[in-house]
Formats: sequence, structure tokens, C-alpha cells
Amino acid sequence: MVKYSIEGGAVIEGFTLDKCVHHGGMATLWSATHPGIDRPILVKIPKISEGDDPAMIVSFEMEQMILPRLSGDHVPACYGTGDFSRQPYVAMERIPGDTLYKRIADLPLGYEEAATICERVAIALEDLHRQSVIHHDIKPSSIMFRPTGEAVLIDFGLSHHAQLPDLLQAEFRLPYGTAPYMAPERLLGVRDDPRSDLFSLGVMLYFLTTGERPFGEGETLHAIRRRLWRDPVPPRKIRADYPPWMQEIVLRCLEIDPAKRYPTAAQLAFDLSHPEQVTLTARSEKLQRDSLYTVLRRRFNPPLTRLSEKSELARQLASAPIVMVALDVTQDSSELDDAIRIAVQRILATVPAARLACVNILKLARVAIDKTLDEQGNNKHIDRLVTLAHWAAPLKLDEQRLSTHVLEAFDPADAILEFAKINRVDHILIGARQHSLRRSLLGSVSAKVAAEATCSVTVIRPSRVAIDASLVAEEAAAASPD
Amino acid sequence: MANEGDGAMRVAIFSDIHANRPAFEAVLAAARARHAERIILLGDYVGYGADPEWAVDVVSDLVAKGASAILGNHDRAVRHPSETMNDAAQIVIAWTRERLTADRQDFLDRLPLTHIEEGALYVHAEASDPAAWHYVRSADDAARSLAATDARVTICGHVHRPALYSMSAVGKMTAFVPTKEIPVQLLTGRRWLVVLGSVGQPRDGIAAASFAMFDTVRQEITFCRVPYDIDAAAARIRDNGLPSWFADRLYLGK
Repeated sequence: MVKYSIEGGAVIEGFTLDKCVHHGGMATLWSATHPGIDRPILVKIPKISEGDDPAMIVSFEMEQMILPRLSGDHVPACYGTGDFSRQPYVAMERIPGDTLYKRIADLPLGYEEAATICERVAIALEDLHRQSVIHHDIKPSSIMFRPTGEAVLIDFGLSHHAQLPDLLQAEFRLPYGTAPYMAPERLLGVRDDPRSDLFSLGVMLYFLTTGERPFGEGETLHAIRRRLWRDPVPPRKIRADYPPWMQEIVLRCLEIDPAKRYPTAAQLAFDLSHPEQVTLTARSEKLQRDSLYTVLRRRFNPPLTRLSEKSELARQLASAPIVMVALDVTQDSSELDDAIRIAVQRILATVPAARLACVNILKLARVAIDKTLDEQGNNKHIDRLVTLAHWAAPLKLDEQRLSTHVLEAFDPADAILEFAKINRVDHILIGARQHSLRRSLLGSVSAKVAAEATCSVTVIRPSRVAIDASLVAEEAAAASPD
Repeated sequence: MANEGDGAMRVAIFSDIHANRPAFEAVLAAARARHAERIILLGDYVGYGADPEWAVDVVSDLVAKGASAILGNHDRAVRHPSETMNDAAQIVIAWTRERLTADRQDFLDRLPLTHIEEGALYVHAEASDPAAWHYVRSADDAARSLAATDARVTICGHVHRPALYSMSAVGKMTAFVPTKEIPVQLLTGRRWLVVLGSVGQPRDGIAAASFAMFDTVRQEITFCRVPYDIDAAAARIRDNGLPSWFADRLYLGK
């Protein structure tokens, strides 16, 4: 293996190194320029010498394979790579600013700020998972933010790509990664479950909000293994004012069994951005760790010797979509409401981990000053929420899978589209407006949503049989032989 | 052939065609659609399937136009009866032998066991003893094959199930089963063994014909799957009185 000593001014395959901006244990990072690229560039050069941990080389190889495949706002753009036969390097977009690690001095953070940070990271993870990659090293020093606010994930040396060889699979007998953040299933050699990242994000949320790491800082195998049976101290015990909704989220992320965590990063992001919609379970109330009996039972009968449910990345994502149903509860159209409910039922029956967001638009008048209270003094917003819950009741959904939202907007279609985008909705169901007069006057909301949404849209109509019931009945009578 | 042109160099690689005409036609068309500039054939053109003359003619025509072809165990068994081949396969080989004219048999008999091109070794079976027709079915098999040669990249077939093995600088093995048609970079810091799936007799549970595209400049291998007219291939097997299991299993990809 060739060993270079790199200095500023060196040119590597067109990239001119400027100065060393970071000197880490595994690699040096250089600011750089390239004649064809007008954005700030960062060149990462692994430090390889005789006797080095071969894992370091493999990590570099993984990053070199995975980073060029990734795209979007939540990863640095990759401009080029070179491998060990020449000069190993990865040239990428240089994200301005510091990693989240810089904030450790400020811990604990305010609940709202921590929720916002983790929501952004969850959105970034969702985007990464959709690109078939599990990060496997989520921690503050792997996270940066663009000036526009989006979280950017960096360091893909431990990542797993579902469609590429996993070079790390054979390299280490011990799971390789950052011990305090490592998901328990990683100890069993599982590298293909995206919910491992949600565990790490849970550790981070716990750390950001309490200033303590839920499983300590131990690097020994025993310290890491304990999380296979020992649950963390509930955050409420550390901070008395800890919001129950946040403890619910944190402890759900930290479930030992991946199947008990959020099924997808999108669903986690959803809860982080809708605290009022988080269904509180016994988790949110916990003030003590699990009893010694429970812990001992887990210790000697570990829940994770066999994983309850094998999760393959693509299937996992497909099995837990966020389904949004846009309901117009002001129209008296029980046929349409029923038709929409039937359509929703069909979808939920085939994807049991799907989550349903029922949305109604409270249309604001453009001219008149809108009153939140109607003539009778009732709160329209709450009325609508009640109506939505009533509509959803026959679905008999577990509360964790259902949320209701009333959005106030001038343009219903815009509000629906924006909600779907912000909340990573996978599928919108919307009824077609039946009154042709209203449609011609106001334009079709469903048509606009169907045309402009960035996800699948199903437009629901009551079957013609129901609409033309009288006609059908007549025809049936005429056709009847007796 | 080496270093022809200066851009990508796309090599289409086919293995285990097994006299399946619709499957071979489908992968040839698919390789053209992927702008293949060169063709390498990894053996087993005959056996199991019902169009051996056609398959041998297409292969010899491709070779005449510059393709490289190597020998498979079924091809060899046409002239040199195999003791290890199972009875049903022997029946088809006996039938094939009757069908193939002497010049076609000569063509098969003259094929080499291996082919080396741009640092890559092409071989039908495990490379430590190509004429022994061992399978590469595990990382251990792959390690044995890689240990036996100097080639950084070995490309073989014979197993009818696509796989990709790599060996790190310190000898650690990784195994991977390709699922999507995306290029995998054969990183130069390690050695690789590419096992192709079968064109005409897939056995990984997927019925579609299997082949690979190898970009020798970028050192990227892409595993491809192509649907083909299984009904036609199966009917040909049955109509010729060959063991019907060889028709049935085409639907199962087993």
C-alpha cells in the first residue's frame, strides 16, 4: 500500500488541496478546489499505515462505494473518489458550520429545540433509508445542518447499502461503531434493519434533552451488551418537567426489540412534529426502570436472541407508509365518506404498520375577518377534530396509528399538498367533490392534489351504483324475469 | 481487445445458456440495449434445453465476430461422457450428441477452459481446478478459488445462482447476493469473485434469465435479469421428449 504524506497545495486527480481542516484518528480532511466545481469542497484522505486496523480500510471502502450513490439535501454531494491502488480519497461537498457535537456544551437543550433537531435528523434518515442505506453511526458528530435548516448526515464508513456488498459483514467479530449509540441488535450481527438508526436517534434525543447518555459511555463489550436486557433510566426521573410525549418518543425509539420501535423514520418525524398527537402509553409515565425481575428475565431469556421480525430495508419502508386522508366534513356526503373509509380500510388491511393521518381543511375566508368561534360560540377547530375522530372510529385503529388534524388555509389543495410534503406522506386519499356546480366555481381540489402531489394519490368516488341507485333499481326491476 | 477506446468498455457476460433459445435471445437483446461492446461466454451452451444446434451456431457465430467463449462441463460431456453428471442430465446430453453435427461438436471440443482478459479470469467453474467442475457456493469455495490464481477478478458460472464474493487485503471474505440491477464497483483494494446466474436454467428462485454487464474501465459489474418466453422454452423441451422436470423447473427458477 502506498503511503503518502499529503501537504497543502497537493493535487489529487484535479482536486487542489488547500488546508487541513481536521486531523482525525481515521482520516484527514482538507478544504480543496477543483476547476469544474464552484462549491466548497472537502477532501477526505484516510490515514493508512502498516499495522493499522484493517477495519479502517474497509470503512473507507464502504464510504467510497456508498457516498457516490447518494443524492439529495441530506447528504454531502460526492465529487469523486480514488481507491487504494492510487491515492485513496473522497471528495465531497463541504457543508459549512460545525457538527451537532459542538452543542454538547449546551446540554441539556430545551425540549422544543431538541425535538426540532431530531425531527430534522429523522427526515434525513428517512431520505437515506429510501436510498437503501442504513447509516449505522448516528450521533452528534455525524450530523450537520445546512444554512437552510436541513440535517445533513456525514460519515458513511459504517453504513449498509441494501443493494451493494456489505464489506463490513466479515471484518469484525465485535460490532463496530460508536458504543453509546449502538442498537442492541447490532450485537447480534444484524446490519440490515433501518430501525437501528432510530435507536441511535433515540439515544441522541435522550442525550440532548437530559445531558446523559442512556446507556452510559462504556466501550466494553459488557457495557454494550447490557442494553440487550437493561432499559435506561426514564428521562422523567432525570428532569421532573420532562414532557410525557417526549418520553414516549424517546423510550419507543430505545425499545430493545426493533419491532416495538417506530417502523420508519418518517413516522418518528411525524410524532416529533406533532407532540399533541403522540399517543401516550405506559412508557410516558415511567419514573423507574423496569423491575429487577423483568430485567433478570430478559437477562436470561433475552428478547433478542431471535429477532421477532426480520426487517429487510425496502420491505420495512413499504410496510409502514403514512397514509393521509383528506376529508371534507362540511359536505353532507355520507356516501363519499363511506367510500373513502372503505378505501382506507383496504389499504390498512394490507399494510398493518401503516399510519393514518385524517386531515380536514378549515377554509379561511379571504375577505371577512374569520372567527374561530361560530355563531353558537362553538370552536370550529375542535368540532372538526371531533368529526374526524368520529369518521375514523369504525376503522378501529390502534391510537398509535391514527392522528387527526385540522388545517386552516385559504386554499385547501395547497394545504393538503403542503401537509403531505412536510409529513412525508406516502399516499393521499381524497374524495372527488360531487356537486358539479361547486366544482366548476371553485375548481377541483382533488384534481389539483392529484396533479401536484409528490406521492401517490387516490381519488375516491362513491360507486355509480350508489349515486344512480334509483336508476339502477329501475333497470333491475325491468330486467327481472319474475 | 485491451484498452479499446477511452470511455467505458461494456462487456456482456453469459453463462449456462443450456440450449434455451428464448432465454438466449432475450439476454442478447438486453445486452444490445445496454450497449454491450463485447461478449464473453462462460460455457454450458448445451444440456437441459432443446435447442442445442441453434445455441452452438449462435455461439460460434459470436466467436467468429470476436466474442470469447470457454468450455462448460455439459459442452465437454458431448464428446467425453461425464461420470459425475446425474442420469437425467445424461439423457439430455445423449440426445444432444445425436443432434450436433461433427463440426458443432468440434467447436465445443476446442473451447478453452479459461480465458484471461484485462486482468480478469473467466472460467466456468471454481478456478483452482477448472476441469474438476467444482461449484462456488460459499465464501469458503470462493476463497479457495481466489487463492489458486493471481487474477484480481474471477468471473465464473456453473452454480446457476448469482453471487458476488470479495476478499480483503487481509484475506477476509464477504458474500453478497445481488437483488437489483445496479453497478457494483469491484474496488481495487480487494479481490473479487463474480458468480453469474444462468441464462437458460436459473436456479435462484427467480425465473428470469440472468446475465451480467462488466464495465472493464470503471471495474463495475452489473447483474441483470430479463424475462423471456418460458412457455416456448418449456414446450420445446416437452415436444422433444426430454425429461419434463427440465421444463417444469424453468417456471420455478429452481
